[in-house]
Amino acid sequence: MSIQIELANVEKRFANAVAAIEGFSAQITAGQFVALLGPSGCGKTTVLRLIAGLELPTAGRVCVGELSAAKRGVAMSYVFQEPTLMPWANVLDNVALPLRIGGVSRRLARTSAQDALAAVGLFDRSNAYPTELSGGMKMRVSIARALVTRPSVLLLDEPFAALDEITRHRLNDELLGQWSVQLPTAVFVTHSVFEAVYLSQRVLVMGGRPGRLIADLPITLADPRTPALRLDESFLRQCRMVSEALEQGKTREVTL
Amino acid sequence: MIAPRRAHIWVPGVAAIGLLIAWELVVRLRGIPPFILPAPTLILTTLWNNLDSLLASWLFTIKITFGALLLALVGGVFLACAFALSRTLELALFPLAIALQVTPIVAIAPLILIYVESTTASLLICAFIVAFFPILSNTLVGLRSADTNLQDLFTLYGASRWQRLRWLLGPSALPYLVAGLKISGGLALIGAVVAEFAAGAAGRETGLASRILEASFRTEIPKMYAALTLVVLTGVAIFLAARVFSHLLLGRWHPSEQSSN
Repeated sequence: MSIQIELANVEKRFANAVAAIEGFSAQITAGQFVALLGPSGCGKTTVLRLIAGLELPTAGRVCVGELSAAKRGVAMSYVFQEPTLMPWANVLDNVALPLRIGGVSRRLARTSAQDALAAVGLFDRSNAYPTELSGGMKMRVSIARALVTRPSVLLLDEPFAALDEITRHRLNDELLGQWSVQLPTAVFVTHSVFEAVYLSQRVLVMGGRPGRLIADLPITLADPRTPALRLDESFLRQCRMVSEALEQGKTREVTL
Repeated sequence: MIAPRRAHIWVPGVAAIGLLIAWELVVRLRGIPPFILPAPTLILTTLWNNLDSLLASWLFTIKITFGALLLALVGGVFLACAFALSRTLELALFPLAIALQVTPIVAIAPLILIYVESTTASLLICAFIVAFFPILSNTLVGLRSADTNLQDLFTLYGASRWQRLRWLLGPSALPYLVAGLKISGGLALIGAVVAEFAAGAAGRETGLASRILEASFRTEIPKMYAALTLVVLTGVAIFLAARVFSHLLLGRWHPSEQSSN
């Protein structure tokens, strides 16, 4: 499998000279679902924004496909922690937006947006405005918008952190269903060990300040993942393994 | 307390009618002469008797007011967009806009009247100067307050400047623009009336301010009130129109319009 995303010895300092991440290296192969796990403030979002090309590294290299991330040679989508919908536009036009920006005609963009909405079960809410939707529905719209361009790289920044647990579990399953259809390279930022293990094929554990990679753990669970898995012995075992890696990061932080 | 249905219509209506009845009663019972304070019924009959001249003046004032408001809307929005796209342009021209805003219109009006030949045009310019600043500054703030995540999204998908302006910055600025328009609507009327006072114009092509001036020279107090009534009605109508406009543009999605119903 070809390398889709490569971060080589990346450092990011902000204007106040505080380093958010330091010496961060990772390679992600095409079509892989990777979870980026760590405590708040360890630079997970910064890593995601670097991959998206929304930030530039102060040292090191971030490549997506053949080019550096900032050149955006590869179709990427980003799902924020908030649904980040345009309140003045209805659901259909919100989902059609990335295609419209890409120069697709209004009619074609709307047709594709309708398909994307059908895939998240919101076909009948096309004409609703974001204020008329629940938090879970808004997030589904946000995911439909991210997938409407059929991106090669899908970046998700704690998209379900603000939702209740039942909705979160359901959206986790829906996201996996969507992912298995399009198979983009997915990077999912979360601070939930269970979510990371349930969703991904590989967990990158971050920790420390400035943030660095402290563990790179493969997840070996049968696909497709089903809700029954949450009580499965091997799922819980791997959750423990990831939790221990996270704890080790903390203790190392203390001893340093 | 729970407000009854349609309270927002009949409560102010009843209050206004009550106030007018009280006014009428005070004037009649205390025998106040009409050259000091005319009763509402006398103002109404004066309005009726002078309807032809007052209506023509009213139309003229409305023409100036809405002409100036339209110019302010177009000019204010255009300048705000230009400022939002170019920081240099804003640095160069914004102080000028502020200078124009803080100078009292009665102080500039005589100069404009000298430089501009047509009285109608100079009145239009004066009313425009008063009305355009709230639209400019509000729209500019609105264009700058687009959601940062949405901004990032537009960057990620490689949006052009024009796409960003049309699909993100413009709609984000709309609630601010409407708020500016509500202020500017009233200011345009004030500008139109004040400029006409400064011009001291007489003749056929003149507005309500000239009628008020004329009546005051002849101490026709009821006629002053009659003209003033039309000015007030115009102002209230502009305010209500701005409310309807705001509801049409923002009613479906903006929080400012969600709570009022």
